[in-house]
Amino acid sequence: MFALVVAHLAVAGLLPLVSARSRRAAFLAAAVLPAVTLVWALLNLGPALHGGIDATTAWAPALGLTVSFRLDALALAMIVLVSGVGAVILVYCVGYFGDSPDGTRNAALLLAFAGAMLGLVLADDLLTLYVFWELTSVASFLLVGQSGADRAARRAAVQALLVTVFGGLAMLLGFILLGEAAGTYRISEILASPPTGGTVPVALVLILLGAFTKSAQLPFHPWLPAAMAAPTPVSAYLHAASMVKAGVYLVARLSPAFAGELAWWLPIVVAGLGTMLIGGFRALRETDLKRVLAFGTVSQLGFLMVLFGAGSRVASYAGVAMLLAHGLFKAPLFMTVGTIDHSTGTRDLRELSGLWTSMRGTAVAAALAALSMAGIPPLLGFVGKEAAFEALLHDSLPAALGILVGSVLTVAYSARFLWGAFATRPGVAPTPVHAPDALLTGPTWLCALAGLVLGVANPVVDALAAPYATAYPGEDYHLALWHGLGLPLLFSAIAVVGGLLVFRAPLPERRSPLDAQRGYDGLIAGLGRVATGVTGRLQVGSLPFYLGTILVVVILLPGIATLVGGVWPADQPLFSAALQLPLGFAAAVAAVAVVRARRRFTAVLLVGVIGYAVGGLFIVDGAPDLALAQFLVETLSLVVFVFVLRRLPAHFTESEKPSRRAWVPKAVIASVGGVAVAGMAVVASAGRTAPPVASGDYFRLAPAGAGADNVVAAIIVDFRALDTVGEIGVLFIAAAGVASLVLATRYDRRGRAGQSSPEHEKDVAG
Amino acid sequence: MVTINLAMAVLIAVLYAVGFFLLMQRSLMRVLIGVVVLGHGTNLLLQLVGGPPGRAPIVGSAPNDAFADPLPQALALTAVVITFALTTFLLALGYRSFVLVGHDEVQDDVEDARIARQQIQDDEP
Repeated sequence: MFALVVAHLAVAGLLPLVSARSRRAAFLAAAVLPAVTLVWALLNLGPALHGGIDATTAWAPALGLTVSFRLDALALAMIVLVSGVGAVILVYCVGYFGDSPDGTRNAALLLAFAGAMLGLVLADDLLTLYVFWELTSVASFLLVGQSGADRAARRAAVQALLVTVFGGLAMLLGFILLGEAAGTYRISEILASPPTGGTVPVALVLILLGAFTKSAQLPFHPWLPAAMAAPTPVSAYLHAASMVKAGVYLVARLSPAFAGELAWWLPIVVAGLGTMLIGGFRALRETDLKRVLAFGTVSQLGFLMVLFGAGSRVASYAGVAMLLAHGLFKAPLFMTVGTIDHSTGTRDLRELSGLWTSMRGTAVAAALAALSMAGIPPLLGFVGKEAAFEALLHDSLPAALGILVGSVLTVAYSARFLWGAFATRPGVAPTPVHAPDALLTGPTWLCALAGLVLGVANPVVDALAAPYATAYPGEDYHLALWHGLGLPLLFSAIAVVGGLLVFRAPLPERRSPLDAQRGYDGLIAGLGRVATGVTGRLQVGSLPFYLGTILVVVILLPGIATLVGGVWPADQPLFSAALQLPLGFAAAVAAVAVVRARRRFTAVLLVGVIGYAVGGLFIVDGAPDLALAQFLVETLSLVVFVFVLRRLPAHFTESEKPSRRAWVPKAVIASVGGVAVAGMAVVASAGRTAPPVASGDYFRLAPAGAGADNVVAAIIVDFRALDTVGEIGVLFIAAAGVASLVLATRYDRRGRAGQSSPEHEKDVAG
Repeated sequence: MVTINLAMAVLIAVLYAVGFFLLMQRSLMRVLIGVVVLGHGTNLLLQLVGGPPGRAPIVGSAPNDAFADPLPQALALTAVVITFALTTFLLALGYRSFVLVGHDEVQDDVEDARIARQQIQDDEP
């Protein structure tokens, strides 16, 4: 299975080579792998339905990470959509994109997406699932945004990415909590013995956040209608048949274990019902055919959520049937919109007229799909809806009534879609049409007919749903067209009649004050303002302020840690050699005088005093080599300083005299910082309990190994010679830097008389 | 085994405080001198914290346990030289800045100031 998933991604990477020759061929080549996947899944039907097939590949064995896959009944149902419908849509793309240059990019991305989605539905490990989950989000971002040239598409892509990735990260947190509570990340093992109590409810809510964002549930739904900016085949595949079902799939996957948990079923049922109603209602108001379908998808996803969250056996039969039915009727409806758009140049239902006669073939296929959506026998949608009514009438009457209202709306917007797309409108001239390609109508027909065939041959769907449904408690049930006269049939009839009445009724024109899209826009704008505010206050642009901040952190974190956790020495001698006192005193006085110095040269001389005093202290401590280096460097520094100071003004240039308000906090921070460092020095030196082993070895090896009695010299030029080479390298780099800076100045002077600096530097200087 | 004494601890505190204070000044030359003072403080710190004072580590001049630890001395020696390289480079930078803009003051970051201004405008629409 791993090989199959990887093959998708690998072939996707190679597709541009095919596109370079023929873009049409690229889509056909892309369709091969999903078709092979479907055949492979169907060949494994037997073992998949009786227990499932496992395949595990080690990922990082040291961390216990595996890439685990499992083909079972639910995964198989999803593969029918992901790979089956996917292959059909890729063939449709040949007709839709033709030789358009967008084809190259879309072919590769759609196949890569198919691979990621396949990995998602096969994953048997929470972390594996998460990886593929995010890959589908990324693919969706790229497919919605297209080339990035269109502003609306860019915004829609960013919105889809932000919302789904926000949910995805929450879900990852939930996965980790759940995996730790269960002691395993294998989904099949978690389902076999689900953990309870403790962090599990929190984990479930976080996981639901991921599922709700991905499946466009209230209040995260606006990204899905916005994503309709994508080309129609992309919408048909990602935003109808497969990706948006990932959330529903995750709920379906985990429900057998957690359907009893309040934190699981309550949010699902509430959000699902709300989404079904809002989505259905909004679908009645849209004038863009594609957005009608998008809100219809939102509504249907809510419906599916309710079915899988209900946690009863009959509801899960209904869920699997509706899952398949939705993919098989929504994909052809989207393809229909694409065909209409392609043939007439518009998809606004106010401009379309007379298509029933001019596009008869497409119209009949669309009608077949829309009837399935409306729940008319003998289509698969009817079979699913019957089971749904049966299940919810048994489980919870309020939910059943909610679904009934939702179904009324579904029938209404199905009718509105058909009427909007194909009816002859009085006062509108028949839309000019150029006949659609067989590559556009063929795939539409194939999907629409599959809905009819599976509706009649519903025992096939029943067999597919049964192994999954047996995981739930409840009486046995079988999907069928005829269950006898009863409440479910009555509900179906009410839905159809009510829906047609709602479709005929005039709509209130008032817009709701609560709009989730405005909420999203406000949130993003607010985020931007907060970012500017925080940056504006913290990032004031002043170097002293930044350094002060760093120092305060040094004082607060390591300083306090030293104070609290450090082992302070019991006795602290005043000095270890009498000479330390005068030398130290001289250095300290010189240091304080540096602060007060107004002339540059004074300050440099005082720094020299500090340097020589420190060198003296090195001698007292028994480090003559160090002292020698210190004296040499100090002398050399002094010489360099004098060279430069010749050219600078005698006094420090300060545009204004530093105010008390500015220097008092600096002095306080600096003093406390100095004391903190001294404290750290005391604690650090008290931490030393014995001379290092390395030093003993150096003493032993220096005379014989390096031929030197001076151990420090032996270390520098022999034992750690490579360090010394690095040090010389630093000197070279610094010398090169200094030379280039000084020579640049000389070049300026010589090259442009009267101009001390190049033009662009003049700009900086103002 | 205590290796640092009170006088030296006070000296380190003074050197670091002065270094920190100069580092937070506007004049690039003062900042540079701050870096040098900090360098002196740090080299001293390395040597002091590295072990108790003793005889110069020259084999044969005294019994082995009377010597000061040579390892921190070697480290501090490297640090002294690197400090020198850093000092000269900063000095050249300061000089270049003086040549270009006529003074050696550290200016506020233009881009940061722009963000802060934008913030004020946002607050007062």
